[in-house]
Amino acid sequence: MSSVKDWAAPNPVTENRGGIIGKGVDRYEGKLKVTGTAAYAYEVEPPSPPAYGYLLAATIAKGRITAIDTAAAEASPGVKLVWTHLNVPKQARRGERINPRSQRPSNPALAGDRIEFFGQPVAFVAADTWENARAAANLIQVSYAAEPAVLDFRASLELAEMPHGEEDVLIGDFEGAYAKAPAQIDETYFSPLQNHVQMEPCATTAWWEGDKVTVHTSIQMVKGGQHSLAETLAIPSEKVHLLTRYIGGGFGGKGQAYDDLVLAALGAQALGQPVKLAYTRQQMFQATIHRPAVSMRVRLGAEPDGRLNAFAVEAVTHCARSAPFVEHAANFSRNLYAAPNRLTGHRLVKMDIPHAGAMRAPGEAPGMLSLECAMDELAEKLGIDPIELRLRNEPDVDPETGKPFSIRQLTECLNTGAQRFGWNRRNPKPGQVRDGRWLVGMGMAAAIRGNFLLPAKAGVRIDGTGIITLRQGMTDIGTGTYTILAQITAETMGVTMDQVKIELGDSEFPPAPGSGGQFGAATAGSAAFEANMNLRRALAELAIGDPNSPLYGGDPTYVTFGNGNIAIENRSESLATLVSRAAPEGVYVEGAISPAADARDYSQHTYGGHFAEVGVDTVTGEVRMRRMFGVFAAGRILNAKTAKSQVTGGMIWGVGTALTEANVVDNRYGSFINQDMSGYLVPTHADIVDLDAIFLDEADDKANPMGIKGVGELGICGAGAAVANAIYNACGVRLRDFPMTPDKVLEGLMAKGL
Amino acid sequence: MRPFTYERPTDVAAAVRAVAATPGAKFLAGGTNLLDLMKLDIEQPTHLVDVNRLPLSGIEDTPQGGLRIGSMVSNSHLAADARVRSRYAVLTQAIVSGGSGQLRNKATTGGNLLQRTRCAYFYDPSKPCNKRQPGSGCSAMEGLNRNSAILGASDACIATNPSDMAVALTALGASLEAVTADGATRTLAVADLHRLPGDTPHLETNLAAGDLITAVILPPAPPGGQIYRKARDRASYAGGLASVAVVGHQVAFGAVAHKPWRAEKTEAALAAGASALEAAHAELAGAHDNGKNGFKIALVARMTADALEQASQGRGA
Ligand SMILES: Cc1cc2nc3c(=O)[nH]c(=O)nc-3n(C[C@H](O)[C@H](O)[C@H](O)COP(=O)(O)OP(=O)(O)OC[C@H]3O[C@@H](n4cnc5c(N)ncnc54)[C@H](O)[C@@H]3O)c2cc1C
Ligand code: SF4
Repeated sequence: MSSVKDWAAPNPVTENRGGIIGKGVDRYEGKLKVTGTAAYAYEVEPPSPPAYGYLLAATIAKGRITAIDTAAAEASPGVKLVWTHLNVPKQARRGERINPRSQRPSNPALAGDRIEFFGQPVAFVAADTWENARAAANLIQVSYAAEPAVLDFRASLELAEMPHGEEDVLIGDFEGAYAKAPAQIDETYFSPLQNHVQMEPCATTAWWEGDKVTVHTSIQMVKGGQHSLAETLAIPSEKVHLLTRYIGGGFGGKGQAYDDLVLAALGAQALGQPVKLAYTRQQMFQATIHRPAVSMRVRLGAEPDGRLNAFAVEAVTHCARSAPFVEHAANFSRNLYAAPNRLTGHRLVKMDIPHAGAMRAPGEAPGMLSLECAMDELAEKLGIDPIELRLRNEPDVDPETGKPFSIRQLTECLNTGAQRFGWNRRNPKPGQVRDGRWLVGMGMAAAIRGNFLLPAKAGVRIDGTGIITLRQGMTDIGTGTYTILAQITAETMGVTMDQVKIELGDSEFPPAPGSGGQFGAATAGSAAFEANMNLRRALAELAIGDPNSPLYGGDPTYVTFGNGNIAIENRSESLATLVSRAAPEGVYVEGAISPAADARDYSQHTYGGHFAEVGVDTVTGEVRMRRMFGVFAAGRILNAKTAKSQVTGGMIWGVGTALTEANVVDNRYGSFINQDMSGYLVPTHADIVDLDAIFLDEADDKANPMGIKGVGELGICGAGAAVANAIYNACGVRLRDFPMTPDKVLEGLMAKGL
Repeated sequence: MRPFTYERPTDVAAAVRAVAATPGAKFLAGGTNLLDLMKLDIEQPTHLVDVNRLPLSGIEDTPQGGLRIGSMVSNSHLAADARVRSRYAVLTQAIVSGGSGQLRNKATTGGNLLQRTRCAYFYDPSKPCNKRQPGSGCSAMEGLNRNSAILGASDACIATNPSDMAVALTALGASLEAVTADGATRTLAVADLHRLPGDTPHLETNLAAGDLITAVILPPAPPGGQIYRKARDRASYAGGLASVAVVGHQVAFGAVAHKPWRAEKTEAALAAGASALEAAHAELAGAHDNGKNGFKIALVARMTADALEQASQGRGA
């Protein structure tokens, strides 16, 4: 295990002699993607012609299948097999683990007659074409005995329980301090159920060679998918070769395997033929995970000067009855503002709808909508500028744990943003700025998101031509992982980007945890860095020990790498020359990273400030973005372009959260009203005008050897609150029920006589 | 989707004959609506007669001073036509407010008129829907009906017609030409094309099965300003929550009824000297609220009043 002390030492990445780190280099795999030649899971060419699968989904929320008639489907043209719970091949029981080290347990498909949510797969058809499979699936007759189900979150809040193994965090005397506070805010904010809406659906192409199955699937966690399939099929994990080279969006929704994985594998085995199986767009909405709705009560007790004395964020959220998951919407607030008396906690309602799960910035994304709007309300109540209010509550140490911050540039983010955005032009009184039929306003919010490092490995090989290939069981879910790993490798080894190859998404490569929780770059990147450092060492030893090398007999501590060469002062040779002569079979080493003990002694986060300007149509209540600007502090930035894409992408999610994105359960059926992209509205280009973001200079030497941190989720945190606060500043309508659609804004305008 | 057969004739008579000859046959134009519905098993044609090769893609001046628009003219072409832009700005505005650029490139004038409702329950075959399956019930009535009709609905169906183009055509007093199965040509006002749901929401238009729309005829534009205003949840690529077309003193509403709604009571009130807002409310007096769609009543009134004022000042949207 490395220690933070080692990490603070200069190294090739922090020295950045080649200038590759930080540069906005184009995506490593960009050309493949824009030319349509990057094969996603469903498009991978199997060794022989495949059969095509289709899933039939349940149409009740809860109950039992009483009868299922597949005769017509079986007789339908081209059909090769029809499976239901009655005839699906045997799989391990749900949750079982043969190998105690498996990261995920068994996850069988069509496992019984119980229906636990609308959209649950109940039958699988494989046919010669996808169209024939679908046509046949639609001929299956399923009869159900429905049972009463809990489907209405807002009407079921009284069912909320303390999540298993959790308790509230109470510091000081919240109730007492709040009761005495001269200024109080007590409001409840609602964030709706949301869907990930990845472009690429969940999909698998599977085939067998002997007793080993190869699956190309769309999943964020390589090992998790491999282990879950192995456990379900009750075979050793070495018998599952899982590949996930390109992923068309994950956002947390592909952190786990779905029934496409196991049914494609089982189908291919039964048919002795490769099988392709994908979820439909409707099934993506209905039958994968979603971000649960959250009801958040915020209470702020402040002195007249704005200093918080009492502070509470209490979140009620929901999950599926059989799949516990807590959207930790209050957690972020534990590290954000100073206040001596604090209460934070979560409650959970168990419901009979599809599984709730992780979605980009789980916790922060909905959670910050509450506190960052409440701070705006408090600022107005006290007549203090909202930025100033935050500065007055800036803590010296982590407000909950008392740990020092590794580095915290929230204040700088807010001040820089205010200046660049022109915050001083904001009229603090709402409803004052008119532009034709529009009322115009500005809002801001802070951003915070934790930084994490998980254990990971990487392998790197240099061959006799000097090409360096990095291999890692990591995923790139569209974020730029390939690219930053290529940059780290090129910079560390002192070669150009075209000398580097990156191979990811393979269960037979050294394992990395995958993409999630904005830990990917720091985790996979640090392991890649360590592997490359080990390769430097190996090559230095090789050169110094080789009588034919100009470096022969030199001191390894003086070896440098640059311009494709290995050198000691003016003695040098190219890496290709060295390797082809001294190790013609190539040199392969691995490297590993795990969290340093010291890192846990620091409060370690990424920070930001969001600034938004909106127009509110006073006739219709439509809200349209005018400008949005973000300032972020997130460690050393590896790639200016991909990092910016991540944070601006997050900000765009924030716009969607504030204005359009929601799904609603139909309480009679347990289904979602929006099942496609024309019903579930993510922002379009026309919704996003004049959006920009910058990063502050930063390196966090407590984080990892390169001083980098995650950027994948930071951009969404707080973004929606900035938009909501801008709506209020524009027209004086304070909505606490996201998203702020025209019907709600119009009602507010009319209530104000507008 | 069910297996189907396909042909692509090159003349109108052959196309009409082909549909008449095959039970369950349908015309295929841009396919942007029909193919989606087939994939969801909502439309189940046995045979598709592709009309893309028919010579119906021209826009011609009429002797009366209007335009004759071939039914295969794409939405993009129609919106961009210089004559349409200068004389029928309301139509250009309406078309470009619909769908996305890609959809408008494929969507045709005839197909746009016959696009089906976007009621979410209609699109979900697991739900009762009188329009999809007559007699099964209406899921929207007691359900999530934010997008449902506020005018002219029935106990059987509260769906809306989602076309933007048709709202502008209705305000313009346009008509259409169709060739019937026996080869005759018939003419119909666009305002009379769609039916109210009544007890038969599955019967959506007054065309007979197999009638081929060949053209839309625009009369000369009446004097006065023209405006199309559409309120929607996001800035682009979203169906309307409500829309209003104003052409001089002619007014039509969109996304509020089973058909593009010519606001005759509003027009009459205006003629009688009512204020713009009073005139708007005149049409909305009988509007109904099914739970979540009630906001549309105020929305339409405000949009109409505003659009009328803007149009009277000769301004566009
Ligand atoms: C995501 C999405 C968003 C959309 N948003 C909007 C919107 O905001 N506003 C809007 O107005 N529209 C919108 N649309 C609908 C779009 O405008 C229609 O799908 C399109 O106009 C249909 O035209 P088409 O040529 O593709 O018709 P097709 O799909 O080919 O046909 C539609 C129907 O018309 C019939 N038909 C076609 N041509 C003829 C003819 N000449 N004679 C007789 N019958 C014919 C077909 O048999 C079929 O029943 C949207 C569509 C999608 C998919
Ligand atoms: S409103 Fe009409 S289309 Fe919608 S569910 Fe009811 S019957 Fe079907």
